[in-house]
Amino acid sequence: MAKTPSPQELSKINHEPSNDGWMEMPVDFRPGTWCYSGKASALETLELPNPREWQPTDEDWKLPDNWETIIYEGFRERLKKFRSLKIFMDTCVRCGACADKCHFFLGSGDPKNMPVLRAELLRSVYRKDFTTAGKILGKLAGARKLTKDVLKEWFYYFYQCTECRRCSVFCPYGIDTAEVTMMARELLHLVGVNINWVLEPAAKCFTTGNHLGLLPHTFKDSIESLCEDIEDVTGIHIDVPLNKKGADVLFITPSADVFADPGIYTFMGYLLLFEHIGLNYTMSTYASEGGNFGLFTNNETMKKLNSKMYAEAKRLGVKWILGGECGHMWRVVHQYMDTMNGPADFLEVPKSPITGTVFENAASTKMVHITEFTADLIKHGKLKFDPRRNDHRHVTFHDSCNPARAMGLFEEPRYIIKQVCNNFHEMPENTIREQTFCCGSGTGLNTDEYMEMRMRGGLPRASAVKHVHQKHGVDLLSCICAIDRATLSTLMQYWVPAVEVSGVHELVGNALIMEGENERTTDLRDEPLEGMEDDE
Amino acid sequence: MKLKSCLKEKRATILERWYQAIIDTYPSESAKHFNNQDPFANPVGFTISDTIGFLYDSLLREEDTEEEIAQALDSMVRIRAVQDFSPSQAVAFVFQLKKVIRAELSGVIDSEKVSEEWGRFEERIDRLALVSFDVYMKCREKIYELRTHEFKSRAWRLLERANMVGVISEESSPNC
Repeated sequence: MAKTPSPQELSKINHEPSNDGWMEMPVDFRPGTWCYSGKASALETLELPNPREWQPTDEDWKLPDNWETIIYEGFRERLKKFRSLKIFMDTCVRCGACADKCHFFLGSGDPKNMPVLRAELLRSVYRKDFTTAGKILGKLAGARKLTKDVLKEWFYYFYQCTECRRCSVFCPYGIDTAEVTMMARELLHLVGVNINWVLEPAAKCFTTGNHLGLLPHTFKDSIESLCEDIEDVTGIHIDVPLNKKGADVLFITPSADVFADPGIYTFMGYLLLFEHIGLNYTMSTYASEGGNFGLFTNNETMKKLNSKMYAEAKRLGVKWILGGECGHMWRVVHQYMDTMNGPADFLEVPKSPITGTVFENAASTKMVHITEFTADLIKHGKLKFDPRRNDHRHVTFHDSCNPARAMGLFEEPRYIIKQVCNNFHEMPENTIREQTFCCGSGTGLNTDEYMEMRMRGGLPRASAVKHVHQKHGVDLLSCICAIDRATLSTLMQYWVPAVEVSGVHELVGNALIMEGENERTTDLRDEPLEGMEDDE
Repeated sequence: MKLKSCLKEKRATILERWYQAIIDTYPSESAKHFNNQDPFANPVGFTISDTIGFLYDSLLREEDTEEEIAQALDSMVRIRAVQDFSPSQAVAFVFQLKKVIRAELSGVIDSEKVSEEWGRFEERIDRLALVSFDVYMKCREKIYELRTHEFKSRAWRLLERANMVGVISEESSPNC
């Protein structure tokens, strides 16, 4: 039996952390701070190397015998191929401007979550292998040898970055830490080190067209079931065209909108909008996913998953693509699509069939964000609203990282919310627009085994929500990203339990006055509307 | 009452040292960033500062109910419950107050005149520690509840959509 320590011994317990340098601190894989490894079957589907059974807590990660050479060659190839990586490795002067801008750092207090230090994990190996100073001076020049412990550290910390790019906003050199993370993850893939929550959805998307692995009939059933819910609330019957050839527009949204709470209410909002304006559109049971977990895997996977949307647009013969409220889909479309799979010359420059507005910003990608589309409809007076139907809500808006920082989409969602809601309150300035804080669960980190880390990463966002909840009674956090909708809901339950999460088009759907509709007594969630409750 | 007036007089210094002791539980490279007192740019530092101020005054007031104290502790313990701390490390900040006061008021505490008052004050600090452990446990339970909830709702939705679960409607429920 263990000896009970004396009061003198107890008083000597030191709660202060070790003062060892960061290179001497190996990773401690605490439960809740890492994700399960990629399943062999997912790696095989994606044709990624070294499929096997392993977990990060195992001593032996079953790496290939020549793993150091593989990483070295992979690093060299990428430095040659991507000029940005070479610049990001060489340029940083360690000014520290990014240090306290990362949500994981702010929530955890772990210095290796400072973007500068996270990048140093990679840069230190770069110096050792690819710079003269590093080769000669070693540690004095901030260089170190790649060891298994370093590889474990890479895995731990590059899966503690959501590629949200907030740090890049503050970097005087514009170093894109998200791209550093992307490269590190690519290197890890070369030796089979990755996480299942990214690879399995990507593999499912390869085989079924969406991350959830919904087969066409299930996708159709889900949509029909949501149409029944719409009919219950509004009395309006909607038939959603699927795989219809020759429609004006192909509508693509994250599959989570069709399947998961609270995204389904946003989806109901889209359908009501399309019905309201009589849009000639179709959805596809093959391009049934807007999200692209390839972005979190590697260039090749991102390219393949993105291409299916365009292949389907071509097959169906539509004029252009309308995209739903997704986050990273828009980073891929806005920043990578054009050079990967574009320009999509077989499509037309998007033109709203209702207002005649030409979306010249999408002239090359041919894909329009639904908030741009809806904001244009409102501006032209094409939509009839009763905003009182959202009076039971006090709403704030979370700028989802990718639409905000990768597209600069700040005004359209706000413009829409202000038209359909009477109670809107902004969060503090340093937490919104280009300075928005991540949900803490992006880049495929939205899995339950990672809960502690997600709560840490989400703390800065939650602090701002808590503020507007206490000050203005905000009880609804709206956003334009499917991962946000799912993960902010959990985040709120931990930090600000009185706040729920919605998409912007859920609020649109509540407020839209449909021709021939029943008197609305509930919102799309079937919750009673203030002052409009059913008498029975 | 002598101790209480000293504690009131030295409030700012004691709080500053207590704050520093808590900040020192984080790695030194990080600790220096926690001095920014913008609640949104630095939620951890701000919450610590805000919480310990309330707790200190509460210890002196001796009026707050356990529920009110738990509420005040919540924001700070909720953060430490998800950070890289063991349970004892997460709530040890309460005991650090004793150490800080001893260092700051050693002459006063050593005097026999206040020993009884100090004993009672220490008991209140111990009580605070126990409440903070209750709060810590609630937070940890919540983490596991959230994990289970996410897992269950995902599985349930899949089964429901695949028509693999029966739905018991009100009409078909047997009258019990």
